[in-house]
Amino acid sequence: MDALILQILNGLDKGAAYALIALGLTLVFGTLGVVNFAHGALFMLGAFCAVTMQKLLTLSTRVRDESITFFEAYKEVPYLESWLGDTGRIIIDYSVPLSILLTIPVMLLVGVVMERGLIRHFYKRSHAEQILVTFGLAIVLQEIIKAIFGANPVPVPAPPAVAGSASIGEWFGLGPAISYPWWRLVYLGFSLVILAAVFAFLQLTTFGMTVRAGMRDRETVGLLGIDIEKRFIIVFALAAIVAGLAGAMYAPILAPNYHLGMDFLVISFVVVVVGGMGSLGGAVAAGFLLGILQSFASMTEVKSILPGIDQIIIYLVAVVILLVRPRGLMGRSGIMET
Amino acid sequence: MNNAVLHVSEVQKSFGGLRALTDIELQVEKGKTHAIIGPNGAGKSTLLNVCIGRLPPDSGTVTFDGHLITGRPPYEINQLGVARVFQTPEIFPDLSLLQNVMVPAFAKRDGTFRMSALSSLEKETDLRDEAEKLLEDVGLLQFYAKLASSLSRGDKRRLELAMCLIQHPKLLLLDEPTAGMSRHDTNRTIDLLKQIKERGMTKVIIEHDMHVVFSLADRISVLAQGKIIAEGTPDEVRGSPRVQEAYLGGAH
Amino acid sequence: MVKKVIQKIRKAAISDPDFEVSTRQLPPRGPETKPMTPVDKDWIAIVAFTIIILAMPWWLQPLGAAYPDLMQKFAIYGIFALGFNLLFGLTGYLSFGHAAFLGVGSYAAVWSFKLFTMNIIPAVLFAMLVAGVLAVVIGFISLRRSGIYFSILTLALAQMCYNLAYSVLTPITNGETGLRVLRDDPRYLDAAFGTEHQGVLLGSLFGERMVGYPGFYLCAALLIIAFYIALRIMRSPYGMMLRAIKSNQNRMIYTGFNPRPYMLTIFIISGMYAGLAGALLAITDPLAGAERMQWTASGEVVLMTILGGAGTISGPILGAAIIKYFENIFSALNDSALASAFSFLPHSVQEFVVTILSPFVGEGWHLTLGLLFMVIVIFLPGGIMEGIRRTYRFLRGHGRGSKSQTDLQAAE
Repeated sequence: MDALILQILNGLDKGAAYALIALGLTLVFGTLGVVNFAHGALFMLGAFCAVTMQKLLTLSTRVRDESITFFEAYKEVPYLESWLGDTGRIIIDYSVPLSILLTIPVMLLVGVVMERGLIRHFYKRSHAEQILVTFGLAIVLQEIIKAIFGANPVPVPAPPAVAGSASIGEWFGLGPAISYPWWRLVYLGFSLVILAAVFAFLQLTTFGMTVRAGMRDRETVGLLGIDIEKRFIIVFALAAIVAGLAGAMYAPILAPNYHLGMDFLVISFVVVVVGGMGSLGGAVAAGFLLGILQSFASMTEVKSILPGIDQIIIYLVAVVILLVRPRGLMGRSGIMET
Repeated sequence: MNNAVLHVSEVQKSFGGLRALTDIELQVEKGKTHAIIGPNGAGKSTLLNVCIGRLPPDSGTVTFDGHLITGRPPYEINQLGVARVFQTPEIFPDLSLLQNVMVPAFAKRDGTFRMSALSSLEKETDLRDEAEKLLEDVGLLQFYAKLASSLSRGDKRRLELAMCLIQHPKLLLLDEPTAGMSRHDTNRTIDLLKQIKERGMTKVIIEHDMHVVFSLADRISVLAQGKIIAEGTPDEVRGSPRVQEAYLGGAH
Repeated sequence: MVKKVIQKIRKAAISDPDFEVSTRQLPPRGPETKPMTPVDKDWIAIVAFTIIILAMPWWLQPLGAAYPDLMQKFAIYGIFALGFNLLFGLTGYLSFGHAAFLGVGSYAAVWSFKLFTMNIIPAVLFAMLVAGVLAVVIGFISLRRSGIYFSILTLALAQMCYNLAYSVLTPITNGETGLRVLRDDPRYLDAAFGTEHQGVLLGSLFGERMVGYPGFYLCAALLIIAFYIALRIMRSPYGMMLRAIKSNQNRMIYTGFNPRPYMLTIFIISGMYAGLAGALLAITDPLAGAERMQWTASGEVVLMTILGGAGTISGPILGAAIIKYFENIFSALNDSALASAFSFLPHSVQEFVVTILSPFVGEGWHLTLGLLFMVIVIFLPGGIMEGIRRTYRFLRGHGRGSKSQTDLQAAE
């Protein structure tokens, strides 16, 4: 029982990342009608925004090490620390949350440039061509990151205040075995906030309503009086920011490397398809569902019965769902059929 | 009517809450041309869609030539001898006109699937001659090597007609076959359809153009709001007060 | 006489996949231009292709690519792309999981070496069989959907194969180390016939070891056969049906065709081409690893095909050769090689050029590849063949005098 709850918790944070990526993917699908294979790369860029922030904050200078007196010793001290003392150290500790401040403008810029510079020219072209050009872009982005940050994963520490584990089991009287890293809990909460914010934006603002109307019926929404171009830019940038934030905050959970985006992209596509192409709720539900299923499948008890199931469960579920419910969990007919 | 080729019996179809077809009874006799007329949204195209297997009816049956065809896939229904001209032309835009007409000829000869991967198209001279003949009949032979996408809408429709005719179907369903055509082309199409009649092909035709309907039809069914409100010979239908009221009255 | 010419053009109109009459006029231009029928053209194409391929060791010399290892790769990936194009080019179904068949072909060939014999014939047949069986399974599932769903299903299934090869199937695939041929493998057939193997274990054909030039000629011969079969398929009624499915699947159904068996058969054929390519990879280097199945490898074959020109017969082979050529050149380059290449420039300019170029070569080859991918899709969606055809049309439209039809064929 404890193990079960633990696995659900473990699945939740992965599911949250899937949900955030898939949300943007399906939003772009539904609104712009574009299949964006570079969406995973946006997640990866977000993660590297966290890396960059951390590197920027820890830019160091060499100072005399005062603790060593019998010869001249030097040590690396971050500028921030040497300027601000303890305050600086605290700022450095919180580099990942602070990286949100960097991620949002960067992803906004990336999103707008991508939409204006490339995606825009592909609205009228076939899905195959959209897939191909964004696939090319994904390779380019990941290679640029590889050239800058190298091929190895770059670990980014979570703030020390939330470094340990929360004994969730004791909170709910379920036994001490259930403990859960604080940062993952933070990530989960953060994701829920973002999801809520996006949904609130789409449900409550006039703009959001036009976007949702546009996802339902792409032809007629032009009549509603909102500039299509503007809507497309905003939606794409929003999707990029959501993916980027998901990536930045995920960095302490999984040290980012350059092919992180590709790894998450394939799964996110599966998530979108399982949820139903163009369905926002479906994407979120499927994201969490697949995240949890994946962590169940990696339990030793399950693996001993079905070896290797953890490696393929997501794809297996996708195949079964697509065959049983061809439109996905919450999809509607006729989207992206040709 | 024992020699009915197509027998639609108690067919119901609704979309969401909307009733598109209610208790449709329709019998089409062999060799006759049966027109279905009615105002827009009366359910005419839905009825044809049910007949060719595009839409499954909620209840009721469609029998063709002694075979129950409800629930069977469209390609099997076609193989039994039902061909259809669509309201918006369904052709192969990326193939030449000649290829467009040859593809259905292969379906007629080879059935739903044949893996003739290593034989050559060159050797199919019989089918090619037949296809050229059909293109000549519909007046498109001079364009035979053009891509079908380059045709005008009216020409696409005639191409589609040729694609159906090459299969020598027992039953031909035509959904507004002359829409978008000039008067001259319309008359040519009427002549062509009359010729087919002489060969003994059964036709069901949906048409708004009363000129076309009354020059071709042997029987007419009037559909309004998903129900057949009148059926008879052209003269009977023309004289029916209900039809006048529901359809002709407003328009003519 | 004129009537005969008309008939010949008519013949061309039905079976030449690239035929477009907008550039050819009716009635014919005159009795002195005798357009060849596609059958004649096909024979010229095959003979020309054979000569071009077999003469590669000579004409690739000036390009610095005339060594067997590289030419072998051209041929192998040519086969892979040719098969992929039969699916994508004809039917428009974009498979993003074709590398799975390549990888499985390699594993099957190595197992044939391990279990049966070092003779390559069983290895090739076994690899194609296994790839074909896998294609039946994957095709049966993913062909239930079309469009983007099909792409994602193939991607998911191939990714599944890749993950399995790394985890549960390690006894068969030897996981990350890769599957190798070992000296103490049973090789029952060889043992039965008392065949002994000296030196490094390599695939062999009747005693001839498939390394160096024999290896290249083996791959070249199979490429020519594969080319011939692909050409026949494209020109056949079956090929026309596949194009018709791409053009309007709906009409196909109401015309009395069941598209499913058509799609499944071409998917299997395409998978077997990939299996053959995988087997050849294993024959020329008896090692099989799971990385061959990764989806970036699937992306690579897509790129080869569109770079050359999807739907054309020789485009994909050209695309494969170009990519493998540049991969070979670019990935071998480094800063010092660049510096010597630009040594004719003034020193400061040279340094600048080297700094600009160095991220694109060596390790950065994939960056160049990604950029190339984007440039092709954006500016030349028809690929190089489309570019050649446009140039040809431009020249013919502006230049005086008529070029014969063979020029067009050669361009193809």
